[in-house]
Amino acid sequence: MNKKLAINYFQFSSKSILINWDHSISNHILFDVLSFMQAIKLSDKPILEVRNTYCSLLVTYNTTIDNIYNEIKSLNSIYLHKKKYNISEKKIWKIPVCYNEYFGKDLLNISKKTKLNVEEIIKLHYKNTYTVCFLGFLPGFLYLSNLNKELYFPRKSVPDLNIIKGSVGIGGSQTGVYPSNSPGGWNIIGNSPIDFIGSDFNDKISFAKPGDLIKFIPISQDHHSYILNNLESYKIESEVCNG
Amino acid sequence: MVKVLKPGMFSTVQDKGREGFQSYGIPQSGSMDSFSSDLGNKILGNAINVAVLEITMVGPVLEFESPTFICITGADLSASVQNINIPMNTVIAIKSNDILSFGALKSGLRAYIAVLGGFKTEKVYNSRSMYKNLTKAIKLSKNDTLEISNETLFCDSKLIVQSVQNIENELMVTKGPEYSMLNSNQKNFIISHDFTVSNNYNRMALQLTDLLENNLDSIITSAVLPGTVQLTPNGTLIILMRDCQTTGGYPRVLQLEERAINSVAQLKKDSKLSFNLKT
Repeated sequence: MNKKLAINYFQFSSKSILINWDHSISNHILFDVLSFMQAIKLSDKPILEVRNTYCSLLVTYNTTIDNIYNEIKSLNSIYLHKKKYNISEKKIWKIPVCYNEYFGKDLLNISKKTKLNVEEIIKLHYKNTYTVCFLGFLPGFLYLSNLNKELYFPRKSVPDLNIIKGSVGIGGSQTGVYPSNSPGGWNIIGNSPIDFIGSDFNDKISFAKPGDLIKFIPISQDHHSYILNNLESYKIESEVCNG
Repeated sequence: MVKVLKPGMFSTVQDKGREGFQSYGIPQSGSMDSFSSDLGNKILGNAINVAVLEITMVGPVLEFESPTFICITGADLSASVQNINIPMNTVIAIKSNDILSFGALKSGLRAYIAVLGGFKTEKVYNSRSMYKNLTKAIKLSKNDTLEISNETLFCDSKLIVQSVQNIENELMVTKGPEYSMLNSNQKNFIISHDFTVSNNYNRMALQLTDLLENNLDSIITSAVLPGTVQLTPNGTLIILMRDCQTTGGYPRVLQLEERAINSVAQLKKDSKLSFNLKT
């Protein structure tokens, strides 16, 4: 029997229940969260949406929750009987990124403060495989985990007013790609030419879902402009990942 | 068609928003004061999810190219048609080439213009609510033309409005997920203090001027909702509104009830508000 983690339930609004795990970021917790999310989606509950973060789930109902105690009891029974996360659905996405000082406005500053040279920073960033934990912040923004500790770098104390679409950044222990132009406090090391949100991912809004993996593939600036100019015919490479 | 002669200060198309798309990081959006927005649609006999115009502080000047029926709800911005004042919360018949304009703001902050059948602007992810990077337009601009339904020119609504929701300065709230992390001084301050709305307010959030003593750390990024009250490291309280992000890292100390969110939508700079915690 697989061991259940300690979780608690909290009524967040008249229509939603927040479920909290231990406050930490780990794959162990994330995949417990995701398997519970799968089980809730498969249930016949009148649910508008279930969404997760690193260590929480928000269950939003179509209408006001009448009896919160019964609802929590019923959710917990789903939790106790859920199966492990179904990894056959897990995909690994290959995201092209042009890492250079033209796009990576903050590479030199990170290099100066971490004593890593620019090539080492770039290599440490694309060497790792990242887990998509959830989407948030901006439409299509993927929260990723597994950044190499050597690349941890504090957010800027004064955010940049305009970080351009596709910017790949590091903020504290997190890394990610800005899906649209936005103000932001992360340190930018490169740029990806692809779209992270759109209606053309087989009717899905984002190509990736929580639990999927991301691999960044370094590309030249010429290749970056080529993809950018031919986005309509560009297909993001992916493969099903078993394990 | 409706032609925008002047856009007003900040006018947007809104409906019930993008409920159910938050797992993609897409904000909910929708009318800030959903009560007033629904009311206009109900008075006209529209479905409540058809799109209306939300106008803020200074109204637009609009020319209707064909006859229709409209209804103005929410803030009182001294609406007039052909320079003749029109009443709010009631069906107004519009003739071809009539011009709708607004004057002084008498109460509230945001008014709604509902039109028979609704505004038919671009729909993205099941909603016409304007939002940066999702819809092409993020607010009305001069010379825009807005399509409206012209299938029916008959409005048989008999709904008579006896009273409208008053703007409440005492907001009904429940505990937020991190309320229990507050110490008793902070809790007392929150329920007893009269807070003031700062000049920092928009469709995403509204900041209060009064600072709380605060030594709480940030939390690991988790879900937030419209109506969530966050406590920032410097002690500022922020009330998240309809266009808020889907996740956040500041402690979530309170949650506004739906009715309170609608009231906050009508509060402007320097308004006073207090929190009434339901236990």
